[in-house]
Amino acid sequence: MSSYSSSARFDEARRVAIFGGTHGNEMSGVTLVNLWVKNGSEIQRKMVDTKPFITNPRAVEKCTRYVDTDLNRAFTPENLSALGEGDLPYEVQRAQEINRIFGPKGSPEAYDVIFDLHNTTSNMGCTLILESSKDYFNLQMMNYIKKAIDPASCLVLLNEHPLLKYSTSRSVAKHPVGLEVGPQPQGVLRSNIFEAMRVILKHALDFIELFNEGVEFPTCTVEVFRVLERIDYPRDANGNIIAMVHPNLQDGDWEPLNPGDPMFLTFDGKTLHYQGSGTIYPTFINEAAYYEKQQAFVTTRRETLVASAIRKA
Amino acid sequence: MLQCYIYIAVCGGTHGNELSGVYLVRELLKAKDIVMEEEREEPASVLMVLANPRAMQQCRRYVDTDLNRCFTHATLNGPISDSAPYEMTRSRELNAMLGPKGSPGAVDLVCDLHNTTANMGLCLIAYSDCDWICLHIFKHLQLSLACWIICDACLLKNTFSVAMEIGPQPHGVVRSNIYTAMKDGVQHMLDWVRLFNSGTIFEAGFVDVFTIVKNIDYPRDSETHNITATIHPQLQDRDFLLLHPDDALFQTFSGETLRYKGNEPLYPFFVNECAYYEKGIALGFGKHSETDVNYILFCC
Repeated sequence: MSSYSSSARFDEARRVAIFGGTHGNEMSGVTLVNLWVKNGSEIQRKMVDTKPFITNPRAVEKCTRYVDTDLNRAFTPENLSALGEGDLPYEVQRAQEINRIFGPKGSPEAYDVIFDLHNTTSNMGCTLILESSKDYFNLQMMNYIKKAIDPASCLVLLNEHPLLKYSTSRSVAKHPVGLEVGPQPQGVLRSNIFEAMRVILKHALDFIELFNEGVEFPTCTVEVFRVLERIDYPRDANGNIIAMVHPNLQDGDWEPLNPGDPMFLTFDGKTLHYQGSGTIYPTFINEAAYYEKQQAFVTTRRETLVASAIRKA
Repeated sequence: MLQCYIYIAVCGGTHGNELSGVYLVRELLKAKDIVMEEEREEPASVLMVLANPRAMQQCRRYVDTDLNRCFTHATLNGPISDSAPYEMTRSRELNAMLGPKGSPGAVDLVCDLHNTTANMGLCLIAYSDCDWICLHIFKHLQLSLACWIICDACLLKNTFSVAMEIGPQPHGVVRSNIYTAMKDGVQHMLDWVRLFNSGTIFEAGFVDVFTIVKNIDYPRDSETHNITATIHPQLQDRDFLLLHPDDALFQTFSGETLRYKGNEPLYPFFVNECAYYEKGIALGFGKHSETDVNYILFCC
C-alpha cells in the first residue's frame, strides 16, 4: 500500500560532516576524524559527500577541552555576528569560521547533517543527542541505529529545554546529531569506546545512503530521555564542593532515581538524599567538564516520540 | 636506630587535576583547624600540604612543567631566573617548607597523593628498595588493605618519599569510592607513624614488591608522532595481571593485534595512564619479588 501522501519529505542529505575535537581532550572523535582525514574510504557512501573535520585544532594540540571558551557553547547568534576578528576569543573565531564553511546556521545553504563526536567521563554508554523532538529525519536515523546495533544499546537524550539547551557546533546543520560515548577519561583513548563510536557512525552513514537512494522509512516510535533540570553539587560559601556523587548513584546513568534515594556523600561520610517529587532518570553523572558548569548530573524523564514516515523529496 | 621520632608530610594536589588528594588534604586541614581551635593541641607529627595550588585552581596537571619532576638535586639547587617555570619555583618553596633530608625540623617522610586513570587499585610507590620506613609502612598497609607496592628507582627524590596512587579515576573527577580508599590508606599510614612514635616494636617480615623493569610507548606515526594503536582490549584494565610473551598488547586503528615480544612474562601497570601519553609511556612492566623487612624499635 502506498504511503506517499503520509510521508514527510526531506531533501536529499548530500552534505554530511563529522566533527571531532570540539573538545580537544575527547580522544575518540579526535582520533577517528584524524584517521578519516588521512584516509576517508571508510566513511564514503554513494550519493553522500562526507567531510571529516577537526573543529578545535588548538585545543586538540594542547589536549585540553578548550583554549579560551567552550566551543560547544559558542554558536550563539551574538557570537556568530560579533565583530573584532583577531581580538575575539579563539573559539568564537572558530565558531564564525565553522559557520562560514558548514552554515550559515539556519540558512538553506547549511550542511544537511553534522555528527559531533564526544566522550564523557560518565557511564553513559553510547548516547545520541537530539536537539528537537520534531526532527523526524534524525528520529528515524536514531531508530535505525538502535535497531542495527541491537542487542547492544544506544540511548537517545533529548535536550529541548529552553534554558538548558545550548548552542552546539553541530547546530549549524539542518540535522544536528550529537554522539556521546563513555565512560572514558579525558585525554585517554580506550579501544572499546573507540570501536563503539566507529560502529555507530557506520550505521548512521548507511541510513543516510539508504535515504538518499529513495528508501521510505515507515512511521516509528523512539524512546528518548528528555532533559528536565541540572543538579549541582552541594557547595560551601566559597563555591567549593562539599560532597561527592554517592557510590549508589555513581555510574548509575539511565537508572531510575527515586525520591529518598542516596544522591551525594559528604567528605565526612554523611548521605544526602534526592528530594524531588517523582522518579527521574539521571545522566551525565560526574562528568569532569561539568564541575565548572555547576552540574553533578542532569535529570531526565522517559518519553516515547513518534516520527512520521519519511522519504526523500 | 638513628631516628627517634618520625615527622610526616601528606601532600595533595602535586598534580592539580588528581582530585582525591586535593579534597582529602583540604578536609584534613579543615579538621585540623577545628581540633586546634577547640582543644589547643600540640601540633601533631603530621604536616598537610597542598603542593601545586595554581594547577589545582585551573584543575590541570601542571601550569608550566610537571612538579613531580622538579625534586632532583639539580633542579632544587641550580640557578633560577625570574622567568623560571612556576613549578620550579614552587618545588624550592616546598623543599624549604619540608626541609632537605637530615636538616633540623625537616620531615622524615613525604606521602604524596596521586590518582591514575589506570586500573591499579591502591598502590604505593617507593623510590628505592631500602627505605626502612617505607618498607615497614608497606608491610603494615599490606596486612590490612589490598594494595600493590612498586619500586621505581628512576625518580630521584631528596627525602624519604612514598607516593600513594589510586585508580582508576579520570583526572578532574572525584569518585567517592576512590576518595574513601585514599582516606583509609592515609589513615593507616598515619596510624603506623603514631604507633612508631609511641615506641611500638615492628617485627621483621616480608613485603610483596613489583620492581619497574621498563616502560614501553605506543606505536606512533613516524611523521606526526601521533599514536597509531590503542591498548588492546584484552590488556586494558588488567594492571598487575601477568603478561606473557605473545599476549595481545596493542590494537591498531585498522584492527590488527600487536603482541608482546619480550622473552619473559612481566607484570604490567600504569596501563593507559592519561598523563603518560606525552611522556611516551603506554604502560610499565615490572618483576615481582619479596623484600626483607628488618625489625625496628624506636628508642630514645
